[in-house]
Amino acid sequence: MNFQRIREKLNILADAAKYDVSCASSGSDRANKDNGLGNASRMGICHSYTEDGRCISLLKVLLTNHCIYDCAYCVTRKSNDVKRAAFKIQEVVDLTINFYRRNYIEGLFLSSGIFKNPDYTMERLVAVAKKLREEENFNGYIHLKSIPGASDELMYEAGLYADRLSVNIEVPTISGLKLLAPDKKHEDFKKPMLKVKNEIIRYRSERKVIKSTPKYAPAGQSTQMIVGASGETDMDIMYSATYYYRAYQMRRVYYSGYVPVADDARLPAIGSQVPMLRENRLYQTDWLLRFYGFAVKEILNSDHPNLDMDVDPKLSWALRNLHHFPVNVNTAEKAMLARIPGIGMQSVEKILKARRFRKLNWDHLKKMGVALNRAKYFMVCDSRYWERRDLDADKIKGMILQTSSGKYRNKFSAQLSLFN
Amino acid sequence: MKSSSTLIYDGSFNGFLTAIFIAFDEKINVADIQKNNQCQNGLFSETETVFTNVEKAKRVWNGIRSKSHNAISNVYFAFLSETEGVELILYTYIQKLMSSKNGKHLDYSDNIVSHVTQLARKVSKEKHRMEAFVRFQLTKDDVYFANIEPDYDILPLISKHFRNRYADQQWLIYDVKRKYGIYYNLDHVELVSLNLQEIHFNKIRKSDVFEAEEYDYQTLWNDYFKSTHIKSRINPKLHRQHMPKRYWKYLSEKKEAV
Ligand code: SF4
Repeated sequence: MNFQRIREKLNILADAAKYDVSCASSGSDRANKDNGLGNASRMGICHSYTEDGRCISLLKVLLTNHCIYDCAYCVTRKSNDVKRAAFKIQEVVDLTINFYRRNYIEGLFLSSGIFKNPDYTMERLVAVAKKLREEENFNGYIHLKSIPGASDELMYEAGLYADRLSVNIEVPTISGLKLLAPDKKHEDFKKPMLKVKNEIIRYRSERKVIKSTPKYAPAGQSTQMIVGASGETDMDIMYSATYYYRAYQMRRVYYSGYVPVADDARLPAIGSQVPMLRENRLYQTDWLLRFYGFAVKEILNSDHPNLDMDVDPKLSWALRNLHHFPVNVNTAEKAMLARIPGIGMQSVEKILKARRFRKLNWDHLKKMGVALNRAKYFMVCDSRYWERRDLDADKIKGMILQTSSGKYRNKFSAQLSLFN
Repeated sequence: MKSSSTLIYDGSFNGFLTAIFIAFDEKINVADIQKNNQCQNGLFSETETVFTNVEKAKRVWNGIRSKSHNAISNVYFAFLSETEGVELILYTYIQKLMSSKNGKHLDYSDNIVSHVTQLARKVSKEKHRMEAFVRFQLTKDDVYFANIEPDYDILPLISKHFRNRYADQQWLIYDVKRKYGIYYNLDHVELVSLNLQEIHFNKIRKSDVFEAEEYDYQTLWNDYFKSTHIKSRINPKLHRQHMPKRYWKYLSEKKEAV
């Protein structure tokens, strides 16, 4: 190994890859084959954490940061004055294997700037994955970036070796895309996604008939959207996320608060705050849609095109819909329990189990981890004490805010005050 | 009333299960269950020494498992927490379980049940942490070697994970606190105790038991780790919450921070 050269490349190409937030290594269950190296665990493991508290589970690098395009929001854009580098295929393979053997990582996340043309680039990404699987007998996790515009044949091959494929939408509205990434066409994003989706469906149905059908992208597809770069509303973002979940059966949509990387009149200035609270609220909304049975139009609609920054989206929905409350936790259906602010899905399960034995009171609920400071305004239980005052939404919100010390409240008080 | 007695066992999980067997079988009024190296005689109870018997232990294991899979793992995990007095807590838990009609629906608002669940959860959390935080270093005789110093006795719990994942390399994970390790010899995993000359936590100084290339890869991993943070998003509190400081000693990416 030429250590100094690899070191230099790694520094450049890892740095350029870090703005991609999706690092999940979950959702695949590739087993160890023939006493080879590695397996993909269903839950995914975080082997380390960045100093901003995000999970590190994959070696996330670009194959190269040379790029023929000039997307305004991207550090790798052609017009940006940065050092460029490119890994050889074997170099990425060696790094992955050696990191993996030391238990540093779950696998590889390989993306790339677009070098020459989309197919030329995609071909190299596929070559890395193929080498890992076929020459190294590597069964760890591989996430490849689908390069917008890549051919169907290459996308087909990619899915044979990778656990997950992703295309980053980056800009949720078509008008924003025109403005910020003029070389890219909306269709170029959709084409590889559609191919992969169709193959996944085809393989799944073949698997039902022939058990030995090989896996095809077992962890599915994901995508990422940048938040706060093109003046989009939360409604724009979540409606388009819902579309991608449905139309392409995405496993995950990631939301990434825009980190300013360019002095460009089309974008927020360098040094402006990363909209982390907003990012957090979008993730909360995403969870409500996927696990809590909410429909997107209940949370965001033309009357409420943006999420409330003060309180989480579930509480915000409850405050707008007080007529559904209070809910009796000892008798309510599961779907309604899940809508009580301060009660998470885990608590819902516990409540359902425990209420078979006895009627639950405040003490029981507290022990189960229910956030009573929020929940108490929206529920009754086996106790004579419950909120009897006829409070309106603003009052309740005010009282909850007084007693809560949300993760983001102090740190982002400056940002918060913008919205008050 | 029958006088109560304290059961003394050898400290192993099988020993503990044997004690449970005897307690049930002989309908003993149990005052306490203690490890033989830390027993304190209660003033008002007699002591009885339990000889570990794998057959009896197995019957208890199966008995609990047939009530609930969840319960048997709770018992095992909580036991490995090595919490003082955990044996008596588990004894009560098992009593409740055995007298319940259906073990699957244990009552989580019950104190003992929630205590055992909590202990088990703590151990399980550390098990997962160790699966993540073990850092192998490649020795000159081709063994991937790691020292750990976990709060709980989690080696028996992580063995399978490493065996499944690193099936084509020799590896050894050594618990320096409890002075034993698990070693995979390309065929199966065995328990080992070592006479360690030195404990290999992070030092800037290099040890000659490891391959020279080992340190190159550590440097690359360190660089990689550093390159992952986005400065404008730094959050040390969250960072420490995920990766508590007490583990840093063995994490090569935290070399400079220790
Ligand atoms: S094509 Fe990709 S790498 Fe190139 S500038 Fe656009 S976003 Fe960046």
